[in-house]
Amino acid sequence: MLLCSVLVLAVVFVLAPSAFAGTFTPEQGGSPNANHIAGLYKFTLYIAIVIFVGVEGALAYALFAFRARKGRVAKQMHGNTRLEIGWTVGAALIVVALAVATFIDLHSVRDPVNSGPGGLDISDGVQYETTGAIKPPNGRALTIQVNGIQYVWRYTYLGNTSNPDGLGDPYSYYQMVVPTNTTVVLKVVSQDVVHSWWIPQLGGKVQAVPGYTNYTWFKISKPGNYKGQCSFLCGRGHARMIAEVTAVSPARYVQWIKQQKAYLAQADAQAEKFRAELGNQGAGAVELTNP
Amino acid sequence: MATVAVNPVPQVVAHRVDPAPNGLVGWLTTTDHKRIGILYLVTSFIFFLLGGVEALIMRLQLGEANNTLVTPEVYNQLFTMHGTTMIFLFVVPMMAGFGNYFVPLMIGARDMAFPRLNALSYWLFVAGGLVLYASIFWSPPEAGWISTVPLATSTYLPSGGEDAWIYMIHFTSIASFLGGINFLVTIKNMRAPGMTWGRIPLFIWSIIAYSLLLVLALPILEAAVTMLFTDRNFGTHFFNPAEGGSVLMWQDLFWFFGHPEVYVLVLPAFGIISETLPVFSRKPIFGYKAIAASTMMIAFLGFLVWVHHMFTTPTPLVVLIFAMISSFLIAVPTGIKIFNWIGTLWQGSIEFRTPLLFSVGLVALFIIGGISGVMLAMFPVDWQLNDTYFVVAHLHYVFVGGSVFGIFAGIYYWFPKITGRMLSEALGKWSFWLMFIGVNVTFLIQHSLGLDGMPRRVYEYPNVGHLQLYNQISTVGSWILAAGVLVTVANIWRSLKRGVIAGSDPWKANTLEWFTTSPPPVNNFDEIPRVRSVEPMKDIRQEIERRSREGATAGASKPLHVPA
Repeated sequence: MLLCSVLVLAVVFVLAPSAFAGTFTPEQGGSPNANHIAGLYKFTLYIAIVIFVGVEGALAYALFAFRARKGRVAKQMHGNTRLEIGWTVGAALIVVALAVATFIDLHSVRDPVNSGPGGLDISDGVQYETTGAIKPPNGRALTIQVNGIQYVWRYTYLGNTSNPDGLGDPYSYYQMVVPTNTTVVLKVVSQDVVHSWWIPQLGGKVQAVPGYTNYTWFKISKPGNYKGQCSFLCGRGHARMIAEVTAVSPARYVQWIKQQKAYLAQADAQAEKFRAELGNQGAGAVELTNP
Repeated sequence: MATVAVNPVPQVVAHRVDPAPNGLVGWLTTTDHKRIGILYLVTSFIFFLLGGVEALIMRLQLGEANNTLVTPEVYNQLFTMHGTTMIFLFVVPMMAGFGNYFVPLMIGARDMAFPRLNALSYWLFVAGGLVLYASIFWSPPEAGWISTVPLATSTYLPSGGEDAWIYMIHFTSIASFLGGINFLVTIKNMRAPGMTWGRIPLFIWSIIAYSLLLVLALPILEAAVTMLFTDRNFGTHFFNPAEGGSVLMWQDLFWFFGHPEVYVLVLPAFGIISETLPVFSRKPIFGYKAIAASTMMIAFLGFLVWVHHMFTTPTPLVVLIFAMISSFLIAVPTGIKIFNWIGTLWQGSIEFRTPLLFSVGLVALFIIGGISGVMLAMFPVDWQLNDTYFVVAHLHYVFVGGSVFGIFAGIYYWFPKITGRMLSEALGKWSFWLMFIGVNVTFLIQHSLGLDGMPRRVYEYPNVGHLQLYNQISTVGSWILAAGVLVTVANIWRSLKRGVIAGSDPWKANTLEWFTTSPPPVNNFDEIPRVRSVEPMKDIRQEIERRSREGATAGASKPLHVPA
């Protein structure tokens, strides 16, 4: 019976020889925290394989060696205290080892690192939050608010104005643009139901819970696109609530923010003009004065 | 007027006892624990098949990338109904069915402590099942078996499906709560003479843990769904953040019930195989006390670990660490059980009958589910794996590999006692191998799906990487698993009429249910034997052998008398 588990595993090996990450270990490579989680996972996986082979092996051996045959008499024993204490202590030691490994890696998974040398210059210090937020040792990180909405992610690039709560800051939907080599702290919130923010290559997921603020971070060294999707049931469109993080050079990021601000200002101006036109026509005036 | 004290005249008071009505009325009005047990077993098995059909439709939908077999709405309804059915309408009442039938028989009692309460439990469970399944004619619930808020509030799901789900929870929870009390009182008070706490069968220990967990955890769930109900219908704001309510409170309350529920589902299965493994190894159970103690230990620790379902919520680090450590601790008593089961097989004389195959299958599969469970308990790892198919794989190894294989072991082991006929061994073995292969083909690959980034509860996925291939493997596996289940259904159908007559003790088993005829008479036992060890039937068989040897040497032909 061990055989078929092994067989299935072997089939997977044959069919997917190149796809180790994502088949046997979590996705990684985008951000240091994702790499540390993958490292911790691998450590656990090796212990798991040893336990799996040992225990399933003992089971399979017992089934084969002690199958009923002519003349075999079952040994009438009721237990073995020394053996039982032994495997209890053994099991306890394994979980102690796992706990120690977790504590060793915890800091590097949870706490942001400083931005790299080629990162965005954020010395003005406006672009990070201090209340309750995780932050890198030097306290400087680019802070982006991630807002879960049925069924789209909205990103507000905080710190571009002095308004509270990102009012007036540039924003975008679905695609988040970030500078490379820069520590980005995400402030994850939801405005309707619970969602969960997850870009596998950029680290673990965090729930976006209405009424609460959750935090996570990443630091991307290579420019590129990193994809993910909502991973907590949020309704009928859950499967289509996808997200993409695009990492660009800091110079291009500054340019993009400027451009985005211009687009938004243009759109605001257009909207204002349209509202005025509607007001002149007398249509919708009541609704507009009472938003 | 002076009152005169009269000494009561001794008299015999006789009540008329009508024979139990036969036919439909007999089944509808029964308070006999064996009939209620059969009703539970049959009803829950029907729900198992319904939940299985829901799973198969989901696997068909996921058999192809960007498939459009079902709409997102229907898909959400399917996984909600599947999870809810399998947990509340299949495994919990199935275990209640085994418990009802066998707790009194195994402890040498003539019925449960409260027979009419017992019937009430069953009919409340049926009401819960009907109310949930009636909703498929209008709008079934679609917020998952966890009924997550605010999604499950009337703002986002105004239809009646969520309310049907809440009613179902109320009905089945009250049923299980009353059933749990009934089991505890029965086991506490009605054991055979000589059956001390150190001599009760391990299945009974697991039913004690099952009952304690239900009695302690279900009121929390009842409170939570009542709050949800008033939020939905009477304008309260327990879970509405806009009015100061807390969304996380729902998750805390639900999982404070939800994790003990996991052990409700799996501990009785452990209890069943703790009975079958010694019987088919022809050996006493290895480490009786350790298995009984680890059952109670798991039940206790089960109340301390609920936050491991909430590792990705905004929760203080110290709470996450506590949940990780307490979850790790559960691995120790669980490991003890697995080692003791292997110790039971060790140096035995193992007879590969179908109940043994399913029992050993449970051990083999639960090892995988246990290991992945420990991996998930490490919360930084869980941050990657939470709410992905890795978790789906883990929980199905635990529930299908654990609970379902335990239940099938129980069906093959006890069917002869319940019906008086044996199930076919050939069909049983076919069923086992199909199910064992099916489980592994379906669920092993799902670990990789999760590692590859596929979240759970999604009705579609893009055709990138290996997602489609892995999903197709899983879908093929689900049909193998279903075929295995159907073989057992056919086996039961066939054996009810044509099975080999079993006799009272076909397996040469150890516990008291085999002391009576198959099926047992209404009063179970004419004479209840005195219990001298954990294996009273083995003692009785040895006594019979000893006396018949003595009788043979003495040349006498006096009738055997079983020690009472």
